[in-house]
Amino acid sequence: MGRYVIRRLLQMVPVFIGTTLLIFVMVWGLGDPVAAMFGDRTPDPATAAQIRLEFHLNDPLIQQYWIYMSHVFEGDFGKAWNQQPVTELLKTAYPVTLRLTIVAFVIEAVIGVALGVFAGLRRGRFFDTGVLAMTLIVVSIPTFVTGYVLQYFFGVKWSIVHPSVGEGAPFKDLLMPGLVLAGVSLAYVARLTRTSVAENTRADYLRTAVAKGLPRRRVIVNHMLRNSLIPVVTFLGTDIGNLMAGALVTERIFNIHGVGYQIYQGIVHTSPATVVGFVTILVIIFLLANLLVDLLYAVLDPRIRYA
Amino acid sequence: MPENTDALILDAGGAPATTPDGTAVPMDKRDKPRSLWNDAWHDLSRKPIFYISALVILFLIVISFWPSLIASQDPLQCNLINSQNGPSSGHWFGYDQQGCDVYTRTVYGARASVEVGIFSTLGVAVLGALLGGLSGYFGGWLDAIISRVSDIFFGIPILLGGVVFLSAVKGGSVLTVSTFIILLGWPQLARIARGAVITAKEQDYVLAAKALGAGHGRIMLRHIAPNALAPVIVWSTIALGTFISLEATLSFLGVGLKPPAVSWGIDISAAADQIRNAPHMLLWPAGALSVTVLAFILLGDAVRDALDPKLR
Amino acid sequence: MRGAKSAKWVVGAAVIALAATACSSSDDSGSKDKAKSSSGSSDGIVRAWWGDPQNPLEPANTNEVQGGKVLDMIFMNLKEYDATGKAQLEAADSITTTDQQNFTIKIKPDLKFSDGTPVTSSSFVDAWNYGALVTNKQLNSYFFADIDGYKAVHPDDETAAPTAKTMSGLKVVDDHTFTVKLSQKFSTWPDRLGYKAFAPLPKEFFDNHDAYLKKPIGDGPYMIESYTKGASMKLVPNPNYTGPSKPKNKGVLLKVYTSSETAYADLQSGQLDVLDDIPAADLPHVKNDLSGRYLNQPAGIIQTFSFPMYKPEWSKPGMDKVRLGISMAIDRKTITDKIFGGTRTPAQDLTSPVLGAAGGYSTSVCGEACTYDPVKAKQLITEGGGIPGGQMKLGYNADSGSHKEWVDAVCNSINNVLGNNKACVGAPTGTFADFRNQITKGQMTQPFRSGWQMDYPLIDDFITPLYATGGSSNDSKYTNKTVDKLINQANAEPDTAKSIALYQQAEKQVLTDMPIVPLWYQNGQAGWSSKVSNVKENAFSYPIFTDITVN
Repeated sequence: MGRYVIRRLLQMVPVFIGTTLLIFVMVWGLGDPVAAMFGDRTPDPATAAQIRLEFHLNDPLIQQYWIYMSHVFEGDFGKAWNQQPVTELLKTAYPVTLRLTIVAFVIEAVIGVALGVFAGLRRGRFFDTGVLAMTLIVVSIPTFVTGYVLQYFFGVKWSIVHPSVGEGAPFKDLLMPGLVLAGVSLAYVARLTRTSVAENTRADYLRTAVAKGLPRRRVIVNHMLRNSLIPVVTFLGTDIGNLMAGALVTERIFNIHGVGYQIYQGIVHTSPATVVGFVTILVIIFLLANLLVDLLYAVLDPRIRYA
Repeated sequence: MPENTDALILDAGGAPATTPDGTAVPMDKRDKPRSLWNDAWHDLSRKPIFYISALVILFLIVISFWPSLIASQDPLQCNLINSQNGPSSGHWFGYDQQGCDVYTRTVYGARASVEVGIFSTLGVAVLGALLGGLSGYFGGWLDAIISRVSDIFFGIPILLGGVVFLSAVKGGSVLTVSTFIILLGWPQLARIARGAVITAKEQDYVLAAKALGAGHGRIMLRHIAPNALAPVIVWSTIALGTFISLEATLSFLGVGLKPPAVSWGIDISAAADQIRNAPHMLLWPAGALSVTVLAFILLGDAVRDALDPKLR
Repeated sequence: MRGAKSAKWVVGAAVIALAATACSSSDDSGSKDKAKSSSGSSDGIVRAWWGDPQNPLEPANTNEVQGGKVLDMIFMNLKEYDATGKAQLEAADSITTTDQQNFTIKIKPDLKFSDGTPVTSSSFVDAWNYGALVTNKQLNSYFFADIDGYKAVHPDDETAAPTAKTMSGLKVVDDHTFTVKLSQKFSTWPDRLGYKAFAPLPKEFFDNHDAYLKKPIGDGPYMIESYTKGASMKLVPNPNYTGPSKPKNKGVLLKVYTSSETAYADLQSGQLDVLDDIPAADLPHVKNDLSGRYLNQPAGIIQTFSFPMYKPEWSKPGMDKVRLGISMAIDRKTITDKIFGGTRTPAQDLTSPVLGAAGGYSTSVCGEACTYDPVKAKQLITEGGGIPGGQMKLGYNADSGSHKEWVDAVCNSINNVLGNNKACVGAPTGTFADFRNQITKGQMTQPFRSGWQMDYPLIDDFITPLYATGGSSNDSKYTNKTVDKLINQANAEPDTAKSIALYQQAEKQVLTDMPIVPLWYQNGQAGWSSKVSNVKENAFSYPIFTDITVN
């Protein structure tokens, strides 16, 4: 067990190198950032040459990467497109995104599993159809529309909540964006749970448990849910990354200066330092989340073991 | 291990060496042993839901190829004078911002959308299930490599990947867009398939099959695949809808389908901006997308039920 | 089960660790934010929309509106443009010349920066020399190119090192007088001095550059009280400011938003006071939403699209007719109404209405070439040999500015005229960087969107950089000897009216050749909350913050 965890943590090293290199090459593939700095005006060649020199843009790619990495190991993630140190951006963006992710994650996990369990137990009935309809709605209506409509009615028209997230991103401001962000994932969680539950209601161990005369609640929580959760937990694990990086639309609507927004800015301004810094940390979080999920497998199903 | 006898008997049913003698399965129902897949088909062919959803999908495919069957106008014939006008005779669903007929565009948009949806979903399902399945089944270093590669892929932002990849391959067709979606989409399904396989491979009937000397290929295909398929199907049917929307995101970012392509995704994202001014713009493309996803979800449910041995 | 138990423990520990980091980091940001909690307009402060400036806030390095907005508030130049765009003396007492080439500039006495240090001749001379020196990598260095000795500090050749650190054309006479020698005659040069690249800089800028960038210091009506990059900036009235635009409020809080849609929602719910970028989709109902607290006035911006004149298929004989026909196939009026909700005005020349008739704006220069005429347009395009390759692809960048809507509308208009639904299609490029790279390297094979935002409200700024051979923004690489000659004559002409007439002649010639198609003039807009009044915009579409009063 302990050795398994250590082995997984050691795998971070190649993942770290792989991600930084891949993303670095990809941002480089976006092209020369200098022309865009001059806006709609043709760059002055001498000034452009000086800027290229400063950012080592004339060096071979692998050397640029090497320069970047040697700074990273000194704790310096370079400078963003607007000359702000990337470490500073990381420090302000990640906590905000983390809070948003927690809110969205709790919503999708709690509501999603609850909906899924009820739909699975009442398969084919009204409630089940309702969950199906919700799935169709969140899949076919863009997040932008749900976000905008909620913001308009709750924030502007009825003034129940702030239409945008204030400084410091307090949790009460994050409820609405969290709900919007969780939308599509909620549908996945509900349907995965529903199917799994429906499948397990017919399993023999459940019949046995019922036959033994165990109370219904205990049967559902201890026996059925525990055995139904593996696909759901897997999905939730992979979704952490999605929620953190893919929140661009939600972040834009609700004025959250988070990870998705910063990565987008980094790409639009062709800033390798910004994108590599943010994505690398994201991938490490992703790796840890997956490790957690793998360990949860063993908790949920004792037959699964790790050497 | 009394609780899995049903499954054990059914699984053994396909193997000639251990054909059961009918104690569990009545002889009148099973003249000769049917394979699992035959069983599934037999089951499916008696379900109305299966026929309904299959018909809807067939209809979508026909419309994709011959949109002029139900739409007489040109989707690119747009006159700004009609911008955002509501329903009128001959234009029952009104006009979009550019003054194009919403109904015609929805009908013509089916092709690109359904193609992107089906190609991407199939690609992701095959690649994801294969890699995820292998990594879950064998574990060890193979699992480590596949999982870590998927970690890295998961981190690639869509815009970055889209601009770099689709610009590099001079993208803009359904094929390149689908390829790109597959490239970024497989890791999540691989994780789900891996999880399902890890659970399935510890089940008693798998251990039993192993003990009986079944090879890896046989175990994976006949014993694990049918039992691990449910989450893969559920995920894929919803993903189909999100992939159709993702095409719109890519087009919106300037790297997806190139104008003058028509697709639901493009129209939905154009309508999203105008939601307060002309909500009718959203209704039709989004409605068409809903129906498509519904058809695939129902089909997926039916197939999953048919494959579930516990139902028999 | 033993394995499962220890796994449970590990998972538990990990969850706790994750939650702990989440809490600590959020508490962190919470306490920090409390300290500078956003002030409402109740205390006389105006809360205004802001976007992240793209460059450090150095005057010669700021070439976009968000940074420009701040520079406008914290600097007073030798001249400043008033609400109508006319350049008036402010920091300067007088600017005199006898030969249109040598200028003597006298500064008002007793001017001070907000840190208390005096504004002297060297504040200007040092700042301009800094802006021009190539190794300082200032994006606006070309503004100093007319000053004698510029080539020595900023060689054309990208590999050459500068041979001097200061421009020979700038000479300090005493604390309040300096002289400028230009490399050639340029009568309207002093009117350029309102552009913020010409702002004076305090000693702190040169002595302690990093600290300066964290909190820039100027001599303008406002001073920066606090600045959190990427989040907000608080400005308060500068006690040392003695100029004519004393702030009528107690300060301005600029709030960085991720999108103008969000800012619009905040504006409606009273969380924001001034928004100068109303989202396009909200234009149809903005007057209603804000009960009329909305303005829409001409800005110094013209939108165009350019033909790649360096491609023979677009410039060969006969194509002039096609280019003209394409221009006449665009129904500008309907597009500005339906797509832009009337916040654009169909273009009738190559300048902008903010110049005014006296400044060179004219509604008759383009004439029928900019007027929708489907019959004649089709005839011209056919006569000229048709669109090259049978299809034109109008290029734009997809990542900013939402150009798709109008590009599609322009194409539909052309398609309807030609009766061919695929004659013109939009051609998006993923990023602005990629788009600009293709343009500056001369790799465009098809027409592409272009636009011009004036640096200063003078007709020469709308003509010289764009249409002179080798002009700094001549993206279509257009060249015409007549135009070049007229521009040179206009620059040397001391009489303003005559000079403008010469520019207009050049303009007329450009429109005959039609290397770019004028589309429409962009308007500046602003919406404001019921808590503030007297919101106006200047010629650059910046809100005039000093005049805003808090109710």
